[in-house]
Amino acid sequence: MKNSLNFILGLVLLAVVSCDSNDRKPGFEYMPNMYESVPYDTYGEYDIFQTVTGGSEAMKPAEGSVMRGWLPYEIEDNQDGYAFAKANLTNPLPYTEENLAKGTELYNIYCGICHGNKGDGQGTLAKREKILGVPAYNDAGRAITEGSVYHVMYYGINSMGSYASQMTEEELWQVNHYVMSLKDALDKKEPRPTIDVGAVLEPNTMMMTDDLEVLEDTQSDNQGEAMQQAGEENPATNLDGNE
Amino acid sequence: MIQVKRRNSFYRIITLSAAFLLTLTTSLFAQDTAGDAVAGEALFKSNCGACHKLYKPMTGPALYNVVEKYDGDYEWLYKWIKNSQALIKSGDARAVQVYEENGKKVMNAFPALSNADIDNILAYTNTPQPAPPEKTIVEGEAVGGGVSNNIILGVLALVFVLLVAVLFLVNNTLKKFATAQGIEVEEPTKRTPIWKAFVQNQFLVLVTSILLLLGSAYFAYGALMSVGVEQGYAPIQPIHYSHRIHAGENAIECKYCHSSARVSKHSGIPSLNVCMNCHKSIAEVAGDGDYASVTEDYSKEFYDGEIQKLYKAVGWDPATQSYTGETQPVEWVRIHNLPDFAYFNHSQHVTVAGIECQKCHGPVEEMEVMYQYAPLTMGWCINCHRETNVKIEGNPYYEKIHEQLSEKYGVEQLTAAQMGGLECGKCHY
Repeated sequence: MKNSLNFILGLVLLAVVSCDSNDRKPGFEYMPNMYESVPYDTYGEYDIFQTVTGGSEAMKPAEGSVMRGWLPYEIEDNQDGYAFAKANLTNPLPYTEENLAKGTELYNIYCGICHGNKGDGQGTLAKREKILGVPAYNDAGRAITEGSVYHVMYYGINSMGSYASQMTEEELWQVNHYVMSLKDALDKKEPRPTIDVGAVLEPNTMMMTDDLEVLEDTQSDNQGEAMQQAGEENPATNLDGNE
Repeated sequence: MIQVKRRNSFYRIITLSAAFLLTLTTSLFAQDTAGDAVAGEALFKSNCGACHKLYKPMTGPALYNVVEKYDGDYEWLYKWIKNSQALIKSGDARAVQVYEENGKKVMNAFPALSNADIDNILAYTNTPQPAPPEKTIVEGEAVGGGVSNNIILGVLALVFVLLVAVLFLVNNTLKKFATAQGIEVEEPTKRTPIWKAFVQNQFLVLVTSILLLLGSAYFAYGALMSVGVEQGYAPIQPIHYSHRIHAGENAIECKYCHSSARVSKHSGIPSLNVCMNCHKSIAEVAGDGDYASVTEDYSKEFYDGEIQKLYKAVGWDPATQSYTGETQPVEWVRIHNLPDFAYFNHSQHVTVAGIECQKCHGPVEEMEVMYQYAPLTMGWCINCHRETNVKIEGNPYYEKIHEQLSEKYGVEQLTAAQMGGLECGKCHY
């Protein structure tokens, strides 16, 4: 009696132990042809890429391919290019609340970890002495400008790597605005006043189609058809005014 | 044991005092201009450390004993450090030579540093490299504590085997004696074998079979329900990347490396250039000090080896501080897999909904080895859609529909489910 109970207990224990799945290996799939995609999946492994990347689907884009919205950055990655960018390049985005907010968010993800969320060079990695010599943005020897900041973010400099793979050009410029605002704060300057988005109609600013329609509607309602033509010219005049 | 410890500390005191004496003598020789090495260390770390290390080349050359290298010419060093480019342009022969020797890399100007500051920094650069901790002593301690358990277990096993053998032999000899002396060894009386007794007892058979059936049904159900569910899956990766160190201790944002989670369907595996953003400077894991990252299970040697694997894959030569161009892809093992028939978009959840990564991926900042935290089943998705309110602040896209639907359902805040987050076609098409 006792022996047989032990025997059963042993069986159950064995079952429990053998059912304990091995975490190092993947489990089972039901109907794999519904699980695995027919087209090439991101990061999938395929024989056809064997000669190119050793089977991995992750590759650089074909040479000469251009991402939507991408514009070439023609200043070269060398000392002359740096000096040129520092002297001549300026931020094409308007200094709006929206751009600044987006720049702040991105800055705290990508830059603050070393440069500090206040731009004083006291980021977590700098404080923990993992990365040394991170300068504050108001460092006199570097005397950063919008152009030099963009150039360095785009190509990297010395120990700092390029951030062009993590952010788009527009995002880099948004961060750029925030970096310059941090520099102003460190220099104890008055913060630069932001531009109201509604007042500026620039091709760069993203305006929702809804807003445009609303604008046109109010114009036709209030001013009649004759005035609408003049209204359509408004963006151009505004743009000139901004420049 | 106590004796060994004493001997160790005795040796340590001797080596330490020897090292102390050595530093004393060298610093005595180096005190040409009175610089404070401690103040210099802080200045070095905040100004020079971006490009220079003391004992290894970085972006700039190693700076140990730099004063001796330039024959103690402090005036020249002041000029060079404050504005090296101006010195080169003035046609100073040595400046031009140094510039060309180091690959024409431009050193930043440091007009803010005073001569006294530079004296301090130069005093710090004279600090000799601390001797590596005495290997033998450390290993001796480890042997005393860790390996002994295995030895004890081995000895116990050996004793056990010997005991069994001895018992067997004793039994044999006794039997031999018995037959030799003509004593009849009493055979145990035959009883009904246990299995026969078991089969004869019908009640017991019934109960056992019911129990067995229930048990197997339980396990069969569990096994079937785990098909396609990989919760807890923690494969061994080609490079041991510790999320604990990166996201936890160093508090690096998830989106720093997984930047495509902001803007795309996939939260991409970072390409190795992202690793090199930091690991160009960080070639070693801090083994001691305030910011040490090592644990009992993973030593400094182990982590340093993993960084070397990264260098090999990305083709970075730490000696020359340049890329060799010989790269090899790292075959990371994918952990989170959704079946092809379910659509999931990271940017929708990360950027639009503003959900923390940890909500689905668990306490990644504590994971030494990454594992799948959530079951990723449909029930799990839907449950969250039912409980989570839609984030409408700062999102004009949702304003109109939220207004209409919240009126229809008579609620203040819509959940994702009420916005259509339960519709089949949202994820399956």
